Amino acid sequence: MVFPGFFLNRSQQFFATISVRLLWRAVFPAVKQEYLGRCEKRYAPGRDKGGGLQKKEIRMAAGGRNGRADAVVWVGNDMLRDITIGQYYQTESLIHKMDPRVKLGGTLLYIISLFFFRNFWGYVAAACFLGLVIRLSHVPFRFMVKGMKSILFLLLITVVFNLFLIPGTELVSFWKLTITVEGLKTAVTMAIRLTLLIIGSSVMTLTTTPNNLTDGMEKMMKPLKVFHVPVHEVAMIMSIALRFIPILMEETDKIMKAQIARGADFESGSLIKRARALVPLLVPLFISAFRRANDLAMAMEARCYRGGDGRTKMKPLVYRRQDRVGYLCIFLYLVVSITAGRLG
Amino acid sequence: MSIILDHISYVYGGDTPLEVRALDDVCLQIPDGQFLGIIGHTGSGKSTLVQHMNGLLKATSGHIYFNGEDIYDKDFSMKKLRSKVGLVFQYPEYQLFEIDVLSDVCFGPKNLGLSRKEAELKAAGALRKVGLPMELYYQSPFELSGGQKRRVAIAGVLAMEPEVLILDEPTAGLDPKGRDEILHQIKQLQTETGMTILLVSHSMEDVAEYVDRIVVMNRGRVLYDDVPKKVFSHYKELEAIGLAAPQVTYILHELKSRGFDVDTASTTIEEAAETVSRAVLGR
Repeated sequence: MVFPGFFLNRSQQFFATISVRLLWRAVFPAVKQEYLGRCEKRYAPGRDKGGGLQKKEIRMAAGGRNGRADAVVWVGNDMLRDITIGQYYQTESLIHKMDPRVKLGGTLLYIISLFFFRNFWGYVAAACFLGLVIRLSHVPFRFMVKGMKSILFLLLITVVFNLFLIPGTELVSFWKLTITVEGLKTAVTMAIRLTLLIIGSSVMTLTTTPNNLTDGMEKMMKPLKVFHVPVHEVAMIMSIALRFIPILMEETDKIMKAQIARGADFESGSLIKRARALVPLLVPLFISAFRRANDLAMAMEARCYRGGDGRTKMKPLVYRRQDRVGYLCIFLYLVVSITAGRLG
Repeated sequence: MSIILDHISYVYGGDTPLEVRALDDVCLQIPDGQFLGIIGHTGSGKSTLVQHMNGLLKATSGHIYFNGEDIYDKDFSMKKLRSKVGLVFQYPEYQLFEIDVLSDVCFGPKNLGLSRKEAELKAAGALRKVGLPMELYYQSPFELSGGQKRRVAIAGVLAMEPEVLILDEPTAGLDPKGRDEILHQIKQLQTETGMTILLVSHSMEDVAEYVDRIVVMNRGRVLYDDVPKKVFSHYKELEAIGLAAPQVTYILHELKSRGFDVDTASTTIEEAAETVSRAVLGR
């Protein structure tokens, strides 16, 4: 595989080729292994009814804020365990209790703030603030780090590219590669930024159930209704999609196993052969997704669902004291970090 | 020629507080040609157990021997194992994907490396065995009825001509007539071909009539492993784990407690009728 050369010089071309190859070799088996491994590990009969796992899950679900179990039930699920983004960690904490709008807005502002810093001190402030929030959230730090795993390669590639491809004052040079001062600076900045960004958004998803999150989004986007944006519908679609991810993953696992039992081979052969091998997996999966969508639509209509107009909430979102304090903290953080980050 | 499970344990979610022992020290020996029923409440580990037998799940500890070979050996071919041990999953009709019934059933044999012609021959044979009318062979599998779809899916595994056929709840979601037909056909298959058959179910009624031996699973362990009559004599214990003996067992025990001299070991309706008429009419 050779990288198209119109915009890169020879050494850069060489480097890009190598890294794409490395990525191909390193990431793909890992991802596949991970996926298959998860499928393998994941299957447990206890999930159905009865059995030890279900009980634990129910206990966890009972502690949920709005009593909706779906997001919580899947905490005990190995398949989603490695994907921290979109995973909820059930525990009692101030951050968990906060209004999702505060967390959403806070995360957004936090991410934006990361791009305002011109010096090191801004990042120090950002890291300190994040550390404090993590402490308050009672979520073990390793869960945040788990989220990092999925973007480790992205991070690595970003760092490597920035390190070698940015022109400027030469720092070290060996063979065909040159590291510049500017390159080093950018690489480090990007690494810190990405890390804080991912951990920051992980904190939000770890402390907020997907349902709560979409509720918050719906409410925040309400003003857009003036411009005929179907806010409620989008939020509903999102929460349904989130709800169905684990179900479809389970379904995939089941169909995959059934086809493997019939001698299907998803692992070997050329790329084209492997793509073709997916047909026996994808066709049943699509059919079952449509069937489920159909059933769900029917069930919703049977219960008189007719869109967002005039629909009330069982648990409306209301700001409380902790939420106002939360907003204040975010504001203070922004003032402090941006002043610190733009000094000098 | 048999399957031997030697102290199989399967732990799921290890090293976390959510650790679950799906299987706990299961030992089983399944001789050739046996019709074995595996019974357990939902979540008792029966589906997990059968998925070990064709290598879809790997045991956390223990060994499985198929025809005297350790299937976890490095040079043991899982693909070959899967062609010898056919596993029909729960609701197998959800795995259909081809444009017509015959091509779908051909999927298995083709994966074994057979030519299109050979595969079609095997597929047609398998479809005949499950009793699907010939005029349906070239229809889309998605246009068939629930019972017919299930037959097609079972044929999809049968076409690979396995030595052992495992059926995971083959009657789930079928009406009583469809259920009886499928079970009957499976029994016929077993008597005709001498195939080893494992029938996983949570309903005693289903299996009592057909199987030679019953394994009762509870919380990942083998609770009973015996001929149906002996297993059903533990009907009180079975009830305690959420299972039930066939209805005739209850009637006979009730009659016995009221002073009739009936044989409580009868499991099928015919046997029960005989012993009751003997006790009541003195014949």
